[in-house]
Amino acid sequence: MILAYGTEASVGHGWGGRILQRLHLDGVLLAGIFATLLVGAVVLYSAVGQTKSVMYGQGVRVLIAMVVMVAMAQISPTVIRRIAPWVYGIGIVMLAMVLMAGEVGKGAQRWLDIGVRFQPSEIMKLAVPAVLAWFLHERPLPPSLWLILAMLVMIMAPVAMISLQPDLGTAILIGLTGATVIFLAGIGARYIFSALAIVMASMPVLWYFMRDYQKQRVLTLINPDSDPLGAGYHIIQSKIAIGSGGIFGKGWLNGSQGQLEFLPERSTDFIFAVAGEEFGLLGAVAILLLYLAVVARGFYIAATAQDTFSRLLAGSISLTFFFYVFVNSAMVTGLVPVVGVPLPLVSSGGTSMVTLLAGFGILMSIQTHRKLLPR
Amino acid sequence: MSQFTQIKDHWSEQRQFVRRVFVCAFLVVGLTGLVITRLVQLQLVNFEYYSAQSQGNRIRVQPLPPTRGLIFDRNGQILAENLPTYQLELTPEQVPNVDDTLHRLAEAGLIDAENLPRLSDLILSHRRFDSIPLRQRLSDTDVARFAVQRPFFPGVEIRARLTRNYPYGTVAAHALGYVGGINAADKQILDPAGYAGTSHIGKVAVERAYEAQLHGEVGHEDVLVNAHGRHMQVLAAESSVPGRDLLLTLDIDVQIAAERALAGRRGAVVSIVPSSGEILVFASAPSFDPNAFSVGLTPSEFRVLQEDSNQPLFNRALSGQYPPGSTIKPILALAALDHDIVDPENRIICRGFYRLPGGSHRYRDWKPEGHGSVNLHIAIVESCDTYFYEVATNLGIDAISISLRNFGLGSRTGIDMAGENRGLVPSREWKRSQFANRGDQIWFPGETVITGIGQGYLLATPLQLAHAVATIATRGKRYQPSMVRGLRDPVTGTTEFRQPGLLASVDVITESNWQLIIDSMVAVMQGPKGTARASGYGRSYSITGKTGTAQVFTLAQDEEYNEEEIDESKRDHALFVAFAPVEDPAIAVAVVVENGGSGSSVAAPIARQVLDAFLGSRTL
Repeated sequence: MILAYGTEASVGHGWGGRILQRLHLDGVLLAGIFATLLVGAVVLYSAVGQTKSVMYGQGVRVLIAMVVMVAMAQISPTVIRRIAPWVYGIGIVMLAMVLMAGEVGKGAQRWLDIGVRFQPSEIMKLAVPAVLAWFLHERPLPPSLWLILAMLVMIMAPVAMISLQPDLGTAILIGLTGATVIFLAGIGARYIFSALAIVMASMPVLWYFMRDYQKQRVLTLINPDSDPLGAGYHIIQSKIAIGSGGIFGKGWLNGSQGQLEFLPERSTDFIFAVAGEEFGLLGAVAILLLYLAVVARGFYIAATAQDTFSRLLAGSISLTFFFYVFVNSAMVTGLVPVVGVPLPLVSSGGTSMVTLLAGFGILMSIQTHRKLLPR
Repeated sequence: MSQFTQIKDHWSEQRQFVRRVFVCAFLVVGLTGLVITRLVQLQLVNFEYYSAQSQGNRIRVQPLPPTRGLIFDRNGQILAENLPTYQLELTPEQVPNVDDTLHRLAEAGLIDAENLPRLSDLILSHRRFDSIPLRQRLSDTDVARFAVQRPFFPGVEIRARLTRNYPYGTVAAHALGYVGGINAADKQILDPAGYAGTSHIGKVAVERAYEAQLHGEVGHEDVLVNAHGRHMQVLAAESSVPGRDLLLTLDIDVQIAAERALAGRRGAVVSIVPSSGEILVFASAPSFDPNAFSVGLTPSEFRVLQEDSNQPLFNRALSGQYPPGSTIKPILALAALDHDIVDPENRIICRGFYRLPGGSHRYRDWKPEGHGSVNLHIAIVESCDTYFYEVATNLGIDAISISLRNFGLGSRTGIDMAGENRGLVPSREWKRSQFANRGDQIWFPGETVITGIGQGYLLATPLQLAHAVATIATRGKRYQPSMVRGLRDPVTGTTEFRQPGLLASVDVITESNWQLIIDSMVAVMQGPKGTARASGYGRSYSITGKTGTAQVFTLAQDEEYNEEEIDESKRDHALFVAFAPVEDPAIAVAVVVENGGSGSSVAAPIARQVLDAFLGSRTL
């Protein structure tokens, strides 16, 4: 079974395994991340029109993110658990600051300028599952209704603030991250179904509160041809790019949609379309399977983790990682509305890469800080 | 307190968690399967559709406009060509500071400071990599001046574009016509696909009539473009087919002589080869410079041309309609002979006027004291009006109308030029249909009388007059006037010559009647009493002619015509028709000078210069 592969290595068979264990790194996860980053670099090189400076910038970001990942891996899950509520609190304060005096970037207030510009919502991607896992750590599972309600409040506070920025995509993903923790905590099926029912029922209310451009995105998904040069342009060009790639693709650097700039946001949100155009169905499926391998290793780490906090956090990080992949690939193929979610490890971009690898660092920490319990 | 009663069961919690992870794994596999299904749908099932869409995105078809055909005269002199003219162009993306560059160009005198706001708007309305024309038709001095300063103007370039050029300028402008920007009216009649990429179109005369042949066929280039429309690469091309060259019947040297003779006057000269209908001279004065149209007139320049009271844009040779006056007398004489209503030897006494039987109105002769005893020959030679008043009365309007029409008057000659007028040969039916008032619909005998000397309702174009006199020269054989001898394919070099177009001939019962009127016309030029004998002196060839002086303004019964006192616009039109040599007619000519005065003193010398220019150079 694939999930079991690497167990021996991580406990330290062979000199390579021992070095990795020393560094608190997980070999399988690391291999998956490297493979995805490598494929991503190949696709990105084509998507940015072979611009060396962009590749260099992306390389620097990956390096910084790697350093953060290795650093996170050194921190034991116990420490992470203890600081989780503090990080969450700081995150809430920063989100409030963004709302009050955030710098305008791409028409939305997402950035906070503290020496370097960064998005506080990125912190919340890890802080929300961490604080929920901390909250449930000492408590018996499955959680009672009151605990669930308390967690919902902890989730909804940052979600509401982020959606006010407005950054609906990130808000929904953070909400989903929180939901994964509650789900993994083992709440009963009746809660799940009633939650789904509430979500369905609240759709019209949500529609009412959505901004015009957000409504437009949803409408565009239903009928992209209604405004082919405006809101529908992204999705139409993306589908043309992927569809025209066929089974084998047009070849690396040969995708006309991407190379001739018909495809918008091709180095960020729509990079999966570049891959689909140049490497075809086979390439796109291969990339998806690569992601699945990373997610599977994450699930394995979660399933074999030794305490509630580690289990919940590892499970949530892995599942959230998959959600990013799914939402992005579904958006690019026209299955869900266009929300600004990059393809993890492949899209060019700053903070999200750091957050992602920080999350993997936590997974590695969980995997490599296990105590030898008598079993 | 209750929370302490519940003990954390680590084993069951872990089992519960693993179960949840498996549920998540199913969810993950399911959602991934959904995306893969979608990929299969896009890339496998609908591949053809998206592939076509992608092709449509990346390839633009770029028209390649053809080169317009050239125009030559009958001796191979070039009359219309395509010359590169230089224009100043700016590519915004290569210019560091557009406003600064424009200001400095204005300071250097390369563009007009007045145009700066307009140019700024023009630049803003184009894509950043488009080359935008700042100024057309740069002089050599401007080109040189810019060349020196070029390093200081990155992104500004001088480009050559093909522009229609007429090396002879105003000469033959009314024959050639001109090209101008395609307007809304042009768009209605042309095929937009054929004109993709073409900015100019033939507007009048030959340039218009042969537009289809001159234009050629548009080619195209399949260009790889990016999302912004920038050209990346040419994938395939089909070159354009240049338009065909026109070989005109015009003789530019004779044309120049005609225009020089007409200089300073309003009028027209048309000259035809009688045996083929080929037009040798097609002049209308005043003329205009067609080169100004190909580079584009400013509104004020166009207004000056339009508002000029001498109407330089009016093609008098083709569209001007004038009373033919006495120039039609030979035709009426022929009709009278053919209808056997006159005996050529029979004489009448001309006392200087004519009265209808039972009428009191005096129809005056141009010679107040009268011509005395006059037969047909003398009536033509001296242009006796009285004689022809009587001839007309005896022929009647119906016969007059038919015989004038036989010579091509009153209908279009069908010349290969756009904008021909038909003139007017009145008849009873014409009058009935033309007037609303019942009393005016009747044809009056007096109207027949004045038609006899080419006045009244009668109107003819200079082209029709030339055609009519050419018909006398061929003794009835009529050829459709034509401007173009042949069309040459510039690629293969093969020329397709046009055959002379034969029209219905003028048939007479007694063939010798032609000789009678031709002899009279010879005497007009060569006889001791001929009205145009002054223009016949010193010739090296035999010549015929007929003068005409057409009234523009009707004098009262007791009024005297005095050229000095009368307003210029009310002076008589001077007309003259001729052909030469008599034995073997090589050229026929018609001259009309608006308000020129008498045909003998004004129009005939002009015709003589045309004949000299054509025949003088010929080895007889």
